Parts: sequence; structure tokens; C-alpha cells
Amino acid sequence: MQRIGDAPAVRRLLVFLAVALSALFLLLPLVAIFAQAFAQGIGVFWANVNNHYTLAAISLTLFVTVLTIPMCLVFGVALAWLVTRFSFPGRRILQTLIDIPFAVSPVVAGLIYLLLYGRNGWLGGWLDTHDIQLMFAWPGILMVTIFVTCPFVARELIPLMQAQGSREEEAAVTLGAPGWTIFRRVTLPNIRWALLYGVILTNARAVGEFGAVSVVSGAIRGQTNTLPLHLEQLYQDYNTVGAFASASLLALIALLTLAAKASMEWRAARREVHA
Amino acid sequence: MSIRLQNVAKHFGNSRALEPLNLDIRDGELVGLLGPSGSGKTTLLRIMAGLESADREPAGRIQFGDRDVTNLHVRDRRVGFVFQHYALFRHMSVFDNVAFGLTVMPRKSRPTSGEIRARVHRLLEMVQLEQLANRYPAQLSGGQQQRVSLARALALRPDVLLLDEPFGALDAKVRQELRRWLRHLHDELNFTSVFVTHDQEEALELSDRVVVMSNGRIEQIDTPDALYRAPVNRFVFEFLGDVNHLEGSVRSGVLTCGDASLKVALPDGEDELLLRPHEVELVEAPTADAHLPVTVTAISPVGAEVRVELEADWLGEPWLATIRHADFERLNLARGVRLFAVPRRWHRFPEERTAAAMSLLETVS
Amino acid sequence: MSTRSLSIGIGSTPKRVLPGFGLSLGISLTFVSLVLLLPLTGLVGQLADLSLAQYWAIISDGRVVASYIVTIGAAAVAAIVNAAFGLLLAWVLVRYEFPGKRLLDALMDLPFALPTAVAGITLATLYSSNGWMGRLLEPLGLQVAYTWVGIALAMAFTSIPFVVRTVQPVLEDMPVEVDEAALTLGASDGTAFRRVILPHLWPALVTGTGLAFVRSLGEFGAIIFIAGNMPYETEITSLMIFVRLQEYDYAGASAIASVILFVSLALLLAINIWQGRFIKRLHGGRG
Repeated sequence: MQRIGDAPAVRRLLVFLAVALSALFLLLPLVAIFAQAFAQGIGVFWANVNNHYTLAAISLTLFVTVLTIPMCLVFGVALAWLVTRFSFPGRRILQTLIDIPFAVSPVVAGLIYLLLYGRNGWLGGWLDTHDIQLMFAWPGILMVTIFVTCPFVARELIPLMQAQGSREEEAAVTLGAPGWTIFRRVTLPNIRWALLYGVILTNARAVGEFGAVSVVSGAIRGQTNTLPLHLEQLYQDYNTVGAFASASLLALIALLTLAAKASMEWRAARREVHA
Repeated sequence: MSIRLQNVAKHFGNSRALEPLNLDIRDGELVGLLGPSGSGKTTLLRIMAGLESADREPAGRIQFGDRDVTNLHVRDRRVGFVFQHYALFRHMSVFDNVAFGLTVMPRKSRPTSGEIRARVHRLLEMVQLEQLANRYPAQLSGGQQQRVSLARALALRPDVLLLDEPFGALDAKVRQELRRWLRHLHDELNFTSVFVTHDQEEALELSDRVVVMSNGRIEQIDTPDALYRAPVNRFVFEFLGDVNHLEGSVRSGVLTCGDASLKVALPDGEDELLLRPHEVELVEAPTADAHLPVTVTAISPVGAEVRVELEADWLGEPWLATIRHADFERLNLARGVRLFAVPRRWHRFPEERTAAAMSLLETVS
Repeated sequence: MSTRSLSIGIGSTPKRVLPGFGLSLGISLTFVSLVLLLPLTGLVGQLADLSLAQYWAIISDGRVVASYIVTIGAAAVAAIVNAAFGLLLAWVLVRYEFPGKRLLDALMDLPFALPTAVAGITLATLYSSNGWMGRLLEPLGLQVAYTWVGIALAMAFTSIPFVVRTVQPVLEDMPVEVDEAALTLGASDGTAFRRVILPHLWPALVTGTGLAFVRSLGEFGAIIFIAGNMPYETEITSLMIFVRLQEYDYAGASAIASVILFVSLALLLAINIWQGRFIKRLHGGRG
């Protein structure tokens, strides 16, 4: 088989360039995170992680993430089902709307929540008189996290469910299956990997969101600091090793995300070969 | 320009695609490579084009005329190649597709843009698409795309035109039309053409000579007529059309199989006879030589003839007979009618693959 | 849940074959309204308090305009660099086999998976004057950290997957015959790439680069650490919003945010329309 760019010299040059540039541009930062985190030995690393403020930041981050995922999951599945299985006026607009969080700067996302629910916002005033504080507290962090992560599950599901079409579900309807059974027995097995990947992406983003959260959190150490905000504070305080200890935890989650994605793709490719 | 392949073989990894083979194609010939999928016909065509390279060991040779092209890169072989799925450049208009080969020529030998325009328009006229010059491939039908693809391949005036299943993806009527038209083009422009097909009808209708291939081997090279009349082995016979089998034991000149019997001039022992559908005659009573009771199970009038499916206890697989409409009406055929089959003639390939395995043409009565 | 979804789906619109229309519409609309649309009204409300002159004064303030220039300029440089780098990576990942290829492929998603703040402090540390890269580059006179080069670098880092992951599938789907057709017609590798392959990839490349550009315009976490945040020089527009907020100038923050929001959405819309037009030509549609 003859293909363009197959000459050995061309191939070697391009592969070398790609690998070298990627190593410099992508791999080196990754290595640097862990190198910095362990720069003063594992003991210092551990002391940085196992410290009151860091642990508080970790638990707040996990708390917010755990609440975010089911919300995004329900929304993502419902929206994907809606736009791929039915046609109705406004379908395209709905699909475009969910791209907003992707296009909007996270700072803008934080800002619009602050404007609405903050003390000066038109809902904020009412909340204030009823002594409910959403901004500069965990509910605000949760709300903006949901805002920035809500498209992920839907964006993974929609192309897949569009490609698969609704023939199988229609067959199930003709066989008399009730709605929930159709979803559970016919749809879910076909989309479970995309669903899982959507959840993994949601998780990665929820854990790491910075811009939006920094606007609404107030960053009170030990109370409203998520892990990314915590590492920012440490970094601003010139505690580089401490900042990178927290960063390495987040980088580890990123690495697990990549590994999960790679293994799922490998699985899909292997299934295609077998089919 | 003649094409000569000597000792050309091809492996993909450990699997053998082509056994070492020789092939001579004469100047101006239109040759069909015919075989089932996996027979190596496409690989052979691609080796001729230079899209695949033949094995280094054994060292084969490929010649176009007097020119040894074995180690010549595809872009320097100057063959016209027509792809199965057309492979048109979809971002280019029909005109630009056809002009592509001319516009990428080295500046020194490249024709002026006026000449290119004139030549492309002449080609488009030839393929009857001049009014679609500004369309994009996605706006054309399959048959039109294939004609663009042909015009593109012919733009460089190649001496050799290679076509890979050129009509495979088209519907029957367009295919018929394009075949006739390719034959016409070939005769007019006088290049050497080789095409790959798995459709025996297409190969027999279009080719001067047909190369029948299976399992990476050339089974037979012959004119369509000779191929059909005198297949060298069972594979060629079976591949070139529908076949009915009659298996049984021969004793003193009579082959029996269940309650069927047929007089044959063969030595005693187990034997198998092969018959084409049109070699089966249907009668209402057995003859002195043949007693082959059958029941009609399906009837389908196809074109000039009627295809009749026959079953019997003594048959492993149903037989197919094709009869004329006149006979069909005379016999008053219907499903479930019991009749007798009489072979007009039969074929036999007792020893596969030996040089002596010539088809025995026998006529009964 | 099942009986309800069924009864809503079939009861309200008998023509729909599949159940769940009412339920999924209800969830989607509630979510979109509460999470996406309602907060936007806060922005609109805030802006409504401003007169046009006030609005114009805020968004045309010298420091803010400087931030537009820095942001757009750096994002443009990052997008152009990524177009070339992303094309190279997609090409190598699709066309060649080599050891470590799957690792390289997985690495492409790192910028999406890595929290932006982590990327930010890492790049800032690496390229500061005593960081691994900074020590190499500074003697060459190339100051990266705390300059617009650093901003562009951070933008390029966070947006490279857009180009790679948009071009890669298109390149994968390109039939071998397209290469072969060009070669049988006598084209050299360079000509074939320029005349046949690049036009084929063009829609995907432009879309990917466009998305990378939009993302870069809005990027915040990865940039603020390496930018230095010098007024008029290395302040990005997202940071301007942040600065206004810290001054409790909500109106100012809203006005600047509205500019970013408008530009991002307009660009996204433009990319979609452009892509639609291209796809129509390549996949049929008469005329």
C-alpha cells in the first residue's frame, strides 16, 4: 500500500517532531508537578497533604463533586433522550444552549451566579432577608460547578445516540415493553461506556474547576476552599511545595481520567475488530 | 503497450496473497481478472499499478512494453487507475478532478492552462458530462462519478488503464450501459486495459481474454468462448455459472443414484457428473437412457427463459433447469408437477489439477 | 416513574412512538431554565441599570481595551501555533505506527483532564527564571513567564486537544484511495498533501482551531499565574472582570463580561454556520 508521506525519512522526521514537541509541551509539565510536590521528600509531601486546611479542601471538593455528578447525569441522559429520540420545535436551540458553558469564560459563569444570588442580586435580596446564604458558601460552589459541567454527559451521549438511531427502542415498543424497561434493557447497554466516560469527564472538571468557583467561593481557608483554590493560596503564599502537593492530587485524578479513557477506547476498538 | 509479469508473488505478513505467477497481456488487449473475493485479483492489479510492491523473494519482474517498471514508483508508472468507489476528490469540482493529473505535472512539461482546459473539456465531452463540469462529486450519481473517475484516469493519456471492480457499486442497468461504453472507448483509444471483477457475466461480456483466479493462483487464461466451452478444471467450471451435481456409482455403463439412473460410457466405480442448467431437458416420460424423476418446486420466468427448481429424493441439493418459454407452456409446468430430467450433455473432472484434467464433453443420445 | 413517563409521552402526543417525551422535556427545560438561563437574567438586570454612555465608558476604558488586545492577540498566536502542531500530531497519530503511539494519543487529552489551576502554577514554575525551561530560555533572551508569550503558551496548552481531536477522526475516515488516486495521477507527496489532503482536512482544521481560539479567549486559571497581570501589558479580559469584582464594581464586571459573552457566542455561531456550509458542499445538496 502506498500512502502520501510514507517515505521513511519523512516518517521519521514527523514522528520525531511530534514526540519531541509533545514531550516538551505536555509531558514535561506533568513530570514537573510530581517533581515539585516531592521536591523536599515524601515526608514533607505527606505533611502538606495531611494538614487540616488541605483535608478540608479535599473534603469540600469531593462533597461538591459527589453532588454534581448525579445532577449532570440525570440532565445529560434526559436531554440526550429528548433531542435524539424526538423531533420538536426548538430542538436545535436547546442543543445550542447547552454549549454556552463551553464557550463562556468560567469567570463570567461565576459572575452571573453572583449577580443573581449575591447580596445585591435580585434574588439575593430576598434570600438575605430569609437568612439564606448561597454565595460565598458551598451551595454557590455547587451551583457554578453544575453550570460548567452540565454539558459533558449530554455531549458524549448525543452523537452516539444519534448514530445508533431509535430502531431498537421502537422494536422494544412493538414488543410491549414499558418505558422504563426500554431504557434500562435496550438503551442503557448501548450507551453505558459513553455514559461512564461522560461521568469521568464531569468528575475531572468538577474537581478541577477554578475560575467560576473562585468568583463565588470567598476562599475562606478551611471552609469554602476547594482544592484548586487551596493550591492557589499556597502558591500565592510562596509555599510552592505545598501548592504542588495539592496539585499532584489533582494531576493524579487527571491521569486516572486519561487511563480510563484510553482503556475504554481500546475496548471499543477491540470490539470493532471482533465484530 | 503490452504488460508482462514474471514470477510475481505477494505475501501480506504470513498470509500468501499471490503464488508466483506469470502473465502476458498483449498490446491493446482488454483483459478481465475474474475470481471470488480473496482470490488475489485486486492484489495483482494493484501490483501492476505499483500501489503494492511484489515480494522481493522470489524476485519477480514487471514490464510495460520494453520498460522494466518493477521498481518504479506508482507516480512514475503512468498508468490510469480507476478505483472501485471512484475515489474522486470531493472538494474539487468535476473539472478540477479531471484536470488534476495535468496540473500536478512538473512545470516544464505541464501544458498551458488553455491547453488543459481544452483537453479536460474534450474528455468531459467524451464521457458526456460537459454540462456538469462545475458540479461537485457529491452532486453526481454513482454512474456519473464513475465516468468522471474514468475521464480523470484518461487525462494523462496512459498506455495502460487499470480498473478495480469499476462497475461493482452500480445498479444493473447503469452497469450494462457503462460496460458497453468502456468497450467502445477501449476500441477507439486503443490502450491496454485490465479490469478486476467478481461478476462472471461482466468478465465474459467485456474481455478479449479472461484470467480466472482462485486462492492467489491463475486457474485459466482464455477467451470467454473457450473458457465457457472448455474449462480446465472444476473450479473454473463451477465459477463460470450455475452447476447441477449428479453423484452415484457406475456399474456396466449405468450410473445409479437412488431410484435414478443414467446410461454413461464410464468405467465402474463412484463418479460425479456436472451439468449446466441449460443442459437439463425436462420431459414427461423417461427415455431409454435416462430415468431421473424430479418434482418442480419453484418457477421463475427470468428474461428470455424460465428457471425451474427441481427436487427429488435422490438429489442432495436441488437442481436448476433453464428452459425456453415455448417448452414451459408445452409442458404445462406448475409447482408440484412430476417430470423427468434428461441431460443433453454433462461434464466430468475426475482428477483435479492434473495437466490431463481436460473437460470431458459427452453428449447423451 | 415508568408509568408516568409513558402516560405523559403517549397521552399528550399520540404520534410519538417512544415514551418519555414529557419527562425528558420536563427535566431538560427545568434544568436549562434554572441553571443556564435564569443566571443570565442577573447579568441582563445588572446591565439594564447602566446607561449606554456608562456602558461604553466601561468597556472602552484604556486598561480594558489593552486587555482585549492582549487576550485576542495571545489567543490568535496560540490558535495558529496549535493549528500547525495539532495537524502534525493528528497526522502522526493516524498515519504512522511507532512505539509509544498509544501513550502519545492518551497524552493529547491531558490539557482537558488537568485542572487549569494546576496547569497554571506548573507552567509558571517551569518557565519562571529559575524553572527548568526558564533557565534554558532566559539566556537566549526569551522571557516567557510574566509576558504575553507566557499567556499564549498557557492558552496553547489548554486548547491543543481541540485541534487534534477534531482533525484526527476526519483523517482517520479519509479513504486510502484518495492518496492512491493522487499518486496514480503523478502527484508528488508535497503536491498531494497540499492539493488533496489539506483541502480534505480544512473544515475540521478550521473548526478545531476556531474552538481552540474561543477556549483561549475565555481561559482563566491556566493564565493568571504565568501572566504577571501587569495593567496595560499582561492583563487578560477575564482577569479584568475579576479585578472589578474585587473592587465591588459589579456593573463594571457585568459590562466587561457581556463583551466576552457576546464575542464567544458570536464566534461559536460563526463556526457552526461555516461548518454547515462546508459539509453541505462535500456531502451533497444540489446547486
